[in-house]
Amino acid sequence: MRIRPRGDSKILEGDLTPMIDMTFQLIAFFMLVINFADVEQDQRITLPLSELAQPPDAPYELPLTIHVTGGGRFIFAGNQVANLSDLRSALQLEKQIIKGLRPKKLEEVTIIIRADQNAKIGLVQEIIQTCQDLQFEIFALRGEQSNTSTLSGT
Amino acid sequence: MKIRNADRREHIVLQMTPMIDIVFQLLVFFVFTFKIVLPEGDFNIRMPSAAATRTIEPSETPLLKVTLRAAENRELAQIRLNDIVFEGPAPFLQLQQQIRSMIGDAGGPGTAEQEVEIDSDYDLKYRYVINALTAITGYIDSNGDQHKLVEKVRFAPVEQQ
Repeated sequence: MRIRPRGDSKILEGDLTPMIDMTFQLIAFFMLVINFADVEQDQRITLPLSELAQPPDAPYELPLTIHVTGGGRFIFAGNQVANLSDLRSALQLEKQIIKGLRPKKLEEVTIIIRADQNAKIGLVQEIIQTCQDLQFEIFALRGEQSNTSTLSGT
Repeated sequence: MKIRNADRREHIVLQMTPMIDIVFQLLVFFVFTFKIVLPEGDFNIRMPSAAATRTIEPSETPLLKVTLRAAENRELAQIRLNDIVFEGPAPFLQLQQQIRSMIGDAGGPGTAEQEVEIDSDYDLKYRYVINALTAITGYIDSNGDQHKLVEKVRFAPVEQQ
């Protein structure tokens, strides 16, 4: 019986072309949809819908974002804040920093309130009142854009 | 003279491995930095503190007061504009139509003088106030154009729990 020499066996190469095609298409997709904007969002919060909630024409000069969860917790600067007095202290600190860096610019600060749709409105009002006490004047109540009318139901 | 056989030219093989490495690294980078950003928008309200507003002259147009009352389950129980109560399946739409008739809306740029105060129960769900703000501040017509109604909106002082 004749035994074939092992050295003769051909090297099998898989066809990589479809994989590379697919990979390039994925890269093209991600490059098109990538967003480097520093948008402060929190997955714990479901914003209320509104057809009139329009994104600002230009980014805010000095934005401060306060999140209010449906359970009534506050999130400020990425940290969970236990209660309103702690939030006041944190805002007081921000105020001092802003006043130190940019004098007389406190009224240009925009307080963005991202409250959950089921949060108590009283809490949002208390935040506004706290900010007013600290001389902040401009507020932006954030909602999620809706393509359909939100007024046709209750 | 010996002529080389044309069929015995060297077969050039491109090295694909470095390119595939880089491509995969790019892919991994984009996958990890990918974030879904939902379209969001703002209702801008200028509300200085009560002490600061005392110096401003009172407006000649009467203040419209929107009252939102909450039920036991924190859902909306009643909505009023001054003394007019809105009932039925779409009270916010009725509120919007009432405001449009009161300020004489003709699809124009809105009114800068008229002011609306929102007085709501402490426990009411936030989305109802956003609905009220939507009804008060503007509307989108059938052509998709946005029209402003009332631009000055403020909240009544909160009643402590």
